[in-house]
Amino acid sequence: MANINAAIEALAQAIIANKEMLTDLDSAIGDADHGINMARGFEAVRAKIAAANPGDDVGAVLKLIGMTLISTVGGASGPLYGTAFLRAAGAAQGKTTVDVEIAAKMLEAAIGGIKDRGKAVRGEKTMLDALEPAYDAFTQGMAEGQSLPACLALATAAAAKGVEYTKTIIATKGRASYLGERSIGHQDPGATSSYILLATLTDFAKANV
Amino acid sequence: MVGIVVVSHSAKVAEGICELAGQMAAPGQKIIAAGGIADGGIGTDAFKIQAAIEEANTGDGVLVMVDLGSAVMSAELAIDMLVDELKDRVAIADAPILEGTVAAVVDASIGQPLVSVAATAAGARELRKR
Repeated sequence: MANINAAIEALAQAIIANKEMLTDLDSAIGDADHGINMARGFEAVRAKIAAANPGDDVGAVLKLIGMTLISTVGGASGPLYGTAFLRAAGAAQGKTTVDVEIAAKMLEAAIGGIKDRGKAVRGEKTMLDALEPAYDAFTQGMAEGQSLPACLALATAAAAKGVEYTKTIIATKGRASYLGERSIGHQDPGATSSYILLATLTDFAKANV
Repeated sequence: MVGIVVVSHSAKVAEGICELAGQMAAPGQKIIAAGGIADGGIGTDAFKIQAAIEEANTGDGVLVMVDLGSAVMSAELAIDMLVDELKDRVAIADAPILEGTVAAVVDASIGQPLVSVAATAAGARELRKR
């Protein structure tokens, strides 16, 4: 991938552009703040990167993002995405470019962070329902020798299916769990934001590799 | 004395609970509010909680009182970020935030250890209103 800071700017733009959609999804089954929280977090990320100018070290940039999301998002997605970015930073320490193998390690570390922090598993109507199938598809593409953009595209397609799947299941984590069966029929906002991040990275990789 | 940290999505709620529980506190009892996020909005901030725990600790450990959802997750993340020596002396109360804080402050103020203060806070779950 070309430049980590350009990739992050693309992520920030995508999240901010989808602020209302994510909040609408959250208003159906949660506390109607996911889009607002994520947009606030990524606005802060933008400002932090502009001010701190962390350079091209992928690990350093991702660490800054993780720390910023933890302190500015406010909702559960703050510690979850914050931990995910911090773990991914660990997997990318000292790297200025990301290849397929490093990307797989980053994704694996990020998902591990979300599972540890949220004490969640697949099938509970969370971001993991998008991210775990995405990781499986990514590594399958990697095993077939496909390029980074191709692996990311496979991951994004699997994440999209995962988001659809969240419509069919009951939420057992977070605020949506108060709704029980009434959460069926609604897609999970966290799974949706995870999908948006992956789809944005895919477009960025296609345009920049 | 075991220090008490009050984590709420709302800075006002956290401060109000500290104010109320403070009436029951012995001199020197630490009760630190860690509510809201930096811009004053609703939410929880693990770094703010981490700083509050460090401030509340006078050597006997800290009990963290939490409200809903992400408050628990942010408190766990805050504890993960503490130095190892302090990490083992911090607990998150499984208790209603207001009644639990008042009960915890009473127990902490008479010099009870962390395990007792945490159990007393949890006992506040049984407080009936009528």
